[in-house]
Amino acid sequence: MNMAIEIFVSALLVIGGAFGLIGSYGLLKLREPMQRLHAPTKATTIGVGSALIASSLDTLLISGHATWQELMVSVFLFITAPLSALYLAKSHIVETVDRSILPPTATEAPWAELRRAPKDVPSEQMRVE
Amino acid sequence: MIRKLFPHPYLSATLVLTWCALMNSFGAGALMLGGILAVIIPLLTAPYWPEHPALRHPLRLFFYVLLVVWDVIVSSVDVAAIILFKPAAKIRSAWICVPIDLPSPEAQALLAGTITMTPGTLTADFAADGKSLLIHSLHAPDPDAVRDQIKTRYEARLKRIFA
Repeated sequence: MNMAIEIFVSALLVIGGAFGLIGSYGLLKLREPMQRLHAPTKATTIGVGSALIASSLDTLLISGHATWQELMVSVFLFITAPLSALYLAKSHIVETVDRSILPPTATEAPWAELRRAPKDVPSEQMRVE
Repeated sequence: MIRKLFPHPYLSATLVLTWCALMNSFGAGALMLGGILAVIIPLLTAPYWPEHPALRHPLRLFFYVLLVVWDVIVSSVDVAAIILFKPAAKIRSAWICVPIDLPSPEAQALLAGTITMTPGTLTADFAADGKSLLIHSLHAPDPDAVRDQIKTRYEARLKRIFA
C-alpha cells in the first residue's frame, strides 16, 4: 500500500516539475510580452498545485498527520496570480500597446487604463459611472 | 448589532478558517485568535468595502469553484501543448472584448480572475463602467467562440450565484 502511495506522490512531483519546466520554456519561446504572460499563469499553477498535493498526501498518508498549509498556499496562489497578471497587463497596455489594435468596449465608456489623466480633463468628464 | 460587529460574515468565517489552517490547529487558542482577527480585520477594511454582496447560493459557488479547478487542469494541458508543439509564427493571439452584465463588483472580479486562470485567456483590463472586459487570448483562431464560451460557461453561472 505504501509503495502505491509513494509511486503516486512521485508521479505528481514529476508532473508538477514537467509543467514548471514547460512554463519556463514558454517564457523563452513565445515572442510577444502578452503571450509570455500566459505561460506562467497557467502551466506554473498546475506545476505548483501538483507539488502541493504531493506534499499534503505525503504528510497525511505516510507521516500520518494532516496539514492544512498546502491548501492555504494553493488558495493564496489562486487569489494572487490573476491579480499580478492583471497589473502586468495593465502596465503593459499603458506603456507599449498600440491603442488602435485594441477592440472597442461594448458601451461608450473607455477601457479603464486608456482614460486620460485627471489633469487633462475637467473633473465632470472623468465621472463615467 | 450583529451586522455592525460582522459587516461581512463570509469574510469573518474565511478569516477564522484561514488562521486555523495557517496555524495547522483547530484548538481553542487558534480559534480564539482567529475569532479576534475575524472581528478586527473586517472592521478595519469596511471603509474600502462598504457594500454587502448578495451571495444567494453559497453551494452553487462551491460547485463553480470545482468547475474552475477542473478547467484549470484541462487548460494547463492545452497551453502546454501550444507551447511545446506550435511554431511561434502560427500562434494566433487576439484581443477580445467581452461585454458583461454582472450585478456586483465582487462578481466582476470573480469572472476576471476565472478568465485569467482558465483556457489560454487573460483579463487585461476593465472598461471604466465595468460593462466590458478586455481579454487577451493566447491562441484564438475564432475570437467569437472564446467570447461565447466565457459568457455561457462562467458569466451565466456567476449571474445565478450573485443574482
